[in-house]
Amino acid sequence: MGEFEVHRVRFFSYVPAGVRCLAYHRRTDRLALARTDGAVEVYNFAANYFQEKAIPGHEARTVEALCWAAGDRLFGAGLGGDISEYDLERLRVKRSVDGFGGPIWSMAANAGGTRLAIGCEDGSVKLFHVVPDGVQFERNLDRQQGRVLCLSWHPSETHIAAGSVDLLRVLDVGSGRTVQRIMVNYHVQKSKKRECVVWSVAFLSSGTVVSSDSFGRLQFWDWERGTLLESHTVSTSAVLSLAVSEKEDSIVVGTSAGATYQFQLLPVKMGSQDKHWVRTKPFQHHTHDVRAVAHSPTALISGGLDAQLVIRPLMEKMQKKGYEAVLRKFTFPHRRLVSSARKARLLLFQFSQHLELWKLGSTDESGKDGEVLPVCRAPEHLVQLKSKGPEHIYCSCVSPCGSWIAYSTASRFHLYRAQYEGDGVSIKKVANVPKLLLPAYQLQCSADSGSLFVASDQGSVHVLQLLEPGGCKHLHTLRPPSGTLEAVYLLASSADGNWLAAASGDWEIHIYSLKRFKHHCTVPMYSCAVTALAIHPVTNNLVIAYSDQQLFEFSIPEKQYTAWSRTVQNSGLHRAWLERDSPITHIAFNPKNPSHILLHDVYMFCVLDKSLPLPDDSASLMNQSALKQLPETARKRQLHAFKICKKFQPLLFADLLDENCLVMVERPIMDIKTQLPPPIQQKKFGT
Amino acid sequence: MVAPAALRVVRCGGSKLHGARAVFSADARYLLCTSGDFVKMYSVGTEETVCMLQGHADLVTGIQLNPQNHLQLYSSSLDGTIKLWDFTDGILIKTFIVGYKLLALYALANCEDSVFAVIPKSGERDSFQLVSVKLTKTAGQEMEAKELSVILDGVDESPKHTAFGREGEYVASVKEVNLQVYFFKRKQMNRFSLSATNTKGGNNRFTCVACHPKEDCIATGHGDGKIRLWRNFCHNKEYTFSTLHWHHDIVMDLAFSVEGTSLLSGGIESVLVQWHNGSDCKKDFLPRLGSAIEYISVSSDGTSYCTSHTDNRITIINSNLRFSKSIQGLIKGRDVKTGLVVDPRTKALVLNGEPGHLQFYCLQSDKQLYSLDIVQQEYIHQAGLNQLDLVKVAFSAQGKWLATVEEREETDLELQLKLWVFDEETQSFKLNTRINMPHEDHITAMCFRDRDEFEDDSPMLVTAGKDCLFKAWVIVEDTDPEAQQSVSWSCDFVGSYHNYQATNCCFSEDGSLLAVSFEETITVWDSVTWDLKCTFCHPPGKIRNICFGRLTCSKYLIGATDHGFLCCWNLLSCALEWSAQLNVLVLQPDPLSEHIAAVSWLSKDSSLFVFKPNKPRPICIQRNLCKEKIQFAAFVPRDIPETIVSEKYLWLRRSQLYFLTNTQLAVEESLPMTPFSLLLGKHRQQSQEDVDLGKVVIHNHHNQDSPAVKELLHTPAHVLPSASFLCPIFINSLLTSKESKSAEEIADEVEMESEEAEDDSDEERDIIEMEQDDLRPMDFLGETTCRLSKSQEKELRKIRKMDYSWISSF
Repeated sequence: MGEFEVHRVRFFSYVPAGVRCLAYHRRTDRLALARTDGAVEVYNFAANYFQEKAIPGHEARTVEALCWAAGDRLFGAGLGGDISEYDLERLRVKRSVDGFGGPIWSMAANAGGTRLAIGCEDGSVKLFHVVPDGVQFERNLDRQQGRVLCLSWHPSETHIAAGSVDLLRVLDVGSGRTVQRIMVNYHVQKSKKRECVVWSVAFLSSGTVVSSDSFGRLQFWDWERGTLLESHTVSTSAVLSLAVSEKEDSIVVGTSAGATYQFQLLPVKMGSQDKHWVRTKPFQHHTHDVRAVAHSPTALISGGLDAQLVIRPLMEKMQKKGYEAVLRKFTFPHRRLVSSARKARLLLFQFSQHLELWKLGSTDESGKDGEVLPVCRAPEHLVQLKSKGPEHIYCSCVSPCGSWIAYSTASRFHLYRAQYEGDGVSIKKVANVPKLLLPAYQLQCSADSGSLFVASDQGSVHVLQLLEPGGCKHLHTLRPPSGTLEAVYLLASSADGNWLAAASGDWEIHIYSLKRFKHHCTVPMYSCAVTALAIHPVTNNLVIAYSDQQLFEFSIPEKQYTAWSRTVQNSGLHRAWLERDSPITHIAFNPKNPSHILLHDVYMFCVLDKSLPLPDDSASLMNQSALKQLPETARKRQLHAFKICKKFQPLLFADLLDENCLVMVERPIMDIKTQLPPPIQQKKFGT
Repeated sequence: MVAPAALRVVRCGGSKLHGARAVFSADARYLLCTSGDFVKMYSVGTEETVCMLQGHADLVTGIQLNPQNHLQLYSSSLDGTIKLWDFTDGILIKTFIVGYKLLALYALANCEDSVFAVIPKSGERDSFQLVSVKLTKTAGQEMEAKELSVILDGVDESPKHTAFGREGEYVASVKEVNLQVYFFKRKQMNRFSLSATNTKGGNNRFTCVACHPKEDCIATGHGDGKIRLWRNFCHNKEYTFSTLHWHHDIVMDLAFSVEGTSLLSGGIESVLVQWHNGSDCKKDFLPRLGSAIEYISVSSDGTSYCTSHTDNRITIINSNLRFSKSIQGLIKGRDVKTGLVVDPRTKALVLNGEPGHLQFYCLQSDKQLYSLDIVQQEYIHQAGLNQLDLVKVAFSAQGKWLATVEEREETDLELQLKLWVFDEETQSFKLNTRINMPHEDHITAMCFRDRDEFEDDSPMLVTAGKDCLFKAWVIVEDTDPEAQQSVSWSCDFVGSYHNYQATNCCFSEDGSLLAVSFEETITVWDSVTWDLKCTFCHPPGKIRNICFGRLTCSKYLIGATDHGFLCCWNLLSCALEWSAQLNVLVLQPDPLSEHIAAVSWLSKDSSLFVFKPNKPRPICIQRNLCKEKIQFAAFVPRDIPETIVSEKYLWLRRSQLYFLTNTQLAVEESLPMTPFSLLLGKHRQQSQEDVDLGKVVIHNHHNQDSPAVKELLHTPAHVLPSASFLCPIFINSLLTSKESKSAEEIADEVEMESEEAEDDSDEERDIIEMEQDDLRPMDFLGETTCRLSKSQEKELRKIRKMDYSWISSF
């Protein structure tokens, strides 16, 4: 018989939304990403590419363009016609201003970050001043027929290039006049003339305008004369996006066939000043349209409708080969979307606008290790809870007993009481929920299902008491003693109901005593984002996973790191462990075996046995299959703390239910692909 | 004035035209390409061979125009020399002796006095280096060029793996998965390597390299069909490359256009691809070039391209990618199954060409006349696929009819016999009859009955098969009025013999008799009544070849067994006339004379024996014909009969013997030489032999009016050597020979040797043994014992008793 009975769950039909636009911020080394459902995420490249902020979407608020301006303020504009500024501390839209030009297709900030230009449906380009409390309309530039699909400022801020259907314009910012009109499909024969959409433009400091269009061309124009300098046919399908490096010696383009290409400005001859653009590296990491690309100093970044964010470091910019130069792909959020009711064996799945409650299947047989057991009771879809209104769900949770379900959107908090009668289930909304400062960023039920912790902004955590038969009461609000503006995004409560740990956006972890509703202590600051938190049910040790893959164990009663944590820090973790590229998103414990910590990221599930020695770099980290072949005595010698299983991929959630029962929620990439619209038909050789 | 000369083998064609990159002359009117040991110059306009540069003693490995003088050509060869030619006049100007095997040659415009070559690294096997060879400008035909300086180490031997860049600034060389670039001015070496296989299982091995003529750009071809364009390679770290991928298999060669705006690539797909501006999206194709492209070259004025193909063809292509001309050499199929057949009409040699085609190859011009599609099915280039293959070909006597057999072996055999009639209007063969499964098993032999000059009456075809049958096919009038043609072929007779596999068949000259061999037995049939006339055999060997004698010898039937015997049966007496121990591989009768050529194979080399069936004594023996196994041979009639005086070479008077080895086509020829060289040459040879051996030499008939004497008397005095030198020869030739007893006289077995063979008679063991048949009576199957007549025996004795010791004075 195996150690665990594993529920392999594949009925979480989660489909991540496609990437619509990207904005890279050089100074803070962060990438803002907007998805097609209006969600905005911020990835911190310095913190090992952790998705540190996520603002859920809104049905009416699609984002067509993102800009960093005025330092590190993030602006977005979309087909709703509004320019919105995002509050990255409270993770919501701070304020929005109507552009008064119909749907906004494009937005660009000038080099200084003081002004924003937007391109509207009605063919106008409008300028806005960035002021401390939002944006202020400045002036209209020349208006012409056709929506303005893309914009680019000249680095000197005197001119703007604007691309629309069949046409490329250069506008003078000072006078507001169109100073150059370039017909992009001038060279195409009349008979073959189709609409040529200029999907993206870039204005180089040399006065060259780079345009990418739906004919699959990347073209370089002299804006003053309006002449074509170079034309490269990149693809047979449209080139949707382009981005220029800061030095203007490299361009990355994304095509609707899912391929990205790099263009480099290279000298024609050794040592000569004569340079030309050469298409160099092709990358095919996406299956669908690459709607957005960005160029960081060391990497090409692309996002596609297949919901993948791909970061491809440039080898020549890297000091050495190795971990830094590895390709990174992100498909799934770095947050938990699944919560489990351990006692009731229920799973709650969070979708963008609804929740699903499932009862796990069961078996009455037992088998050997690795054997697939027949299911005597199939998993059951109990409830689907649809969120009303256009807002997307921030967070959700189900209580361990399964009778409480809570979720929060940007402006509303909902609590439901579920009652199970035989096979049926009835759901009742709890009326009179206390008015809280919303949104809630994380919800967590206590182990005895008696209270609910609501993570809120400014580092505060609300404690609600759940009352039978269906009510709740606001007990207390826990606040950090130092005070912070950042919202709490991770919570962990102890099994005995004494302690609560909360991690906020400034990466501080505060521990509160729930007995006295008082701040207990603060975990020493670590220079990386927290990705998962959990309190051990027996020892009350807080286990913390950071985005640089470090693991810490902090004893809450003793207010210090444990001896094991110190040995880990002294000896260091295995290199293969540190070089994983997806963060640990959930930590669980095995009550029967207190020395075990269960961890998982997207690609692996790990049982960390604290009683065993740590592996050194010479040993293999993934040694489970090798161990199986060894005789008993040799196996003892080879054992180390990390027992890693890569069988379940991609893994969205793993938790230990009672009675040695593991639940693994997988979401195979192929299942997502079938949900996406068919990609561009491409002839494959040999088919 | 033609004098007999020593028999010699001339390699006459079929050598690889794709040994190295072809070179256009500066005005693009001529194309120069290597052909074995020669360099051939073709006219681009007419495809004709203009001249042939002969002089190298081994394979020519590279040719380059002299950058300083575009009317001169450098050529390098494995014989270790670089030769400078004036190719318009076909004159050898200079020979530079390097002393190393030269594997590739490069010439640069800015290096006036040196060329570059790839040579083997001394002391190391399979290691090669690129060196620059200083060519000193001194007077004289031959000079040493020993001033070598190593530029790159560890290069690949193939000339495609090294290329010189823009204005000779750098040289790029690839080997395995490494690219090295050496900058001459900065003396800097940059190395780039790829991983051996990429994640998708592609093969990153480099296969060829080319450099952009104007920019710093290197194009490399790879084993998985990718082309990489390397730029910025002067930086070790910030180099970059882009990839072009169309070929699905190995890229064989790359070439930039003159201005570098387009790149040409070719591979085994036999498609020439033109890439514009290094873009993956803009490319043009010239498909269906016939076979894999080996080399691509571009004329210096940019008007023409030329591709060399693995099937020995050169295609000249206009710069707008239109096919222009093609020069086709002998196609070497993987396996020549049809043998060598002579087309009676064109006198062209006919054999397997491209898959499923029959090539008509003109021996005189070393060019293919045309190719006849027999299988008429698309050939699919895929390994391991069994496709229809042409296995047998036969022409009727006047070349009106052509019979072909094609087969495909999968789970069961697929056979087709096709009969083609020559259409006078289109001057080509037209399919007349197609017979599916003419036999149940492989067809082993096929022949036409050559009745007489007017074969219209009743041509007949006989096929012999492994299904133990032979079948006779005749023309019948088509009764169906709707049929397109009035005649077609159908089976007339099916014969078998004791359920043995039929292996060979052959008609007598007048067509009245058909001989079919069934394993160990030869059966002779009357071709009119189909009566079995008689049988012959020579146990225990199985019959390998049979043929009838011709003209005066038509009463003889010759057979060779795989047990190493050559037998001659008399058809009138139905008895074995003579037999000789000889491991005959090829037995080829001359259609215009009584002579029969037999090629034997003994452990290391092939020997040729020419004999008339009526005499058990070969007319001509040529040992060490070649080191390879001779696969097929054919007599090709001469246009004008040569006047050959020597009786020994009389058999070459009306025909030439061509034979095909594994690698090349060769001709056996007695070439006219100047009398001076002939006399001296012969003299030298003979005196040497006699000194070496110092034994009694047996000679064949030598009359008083020996050709040497005749030559002496008829040659102008001013070309003769001094009289004192010639005098003893002359005097000696006038002496009557003294009778002396030879040791061999008593022996029953007679050793017959010719002059050519005597120098190695001690070692050679495959001496023909002419057996007197009373020693080994051949009474098998109750046949009468074959016995030489008394007079014949006496004559043999007489020959033996003659003493030719007088010739030792030469």
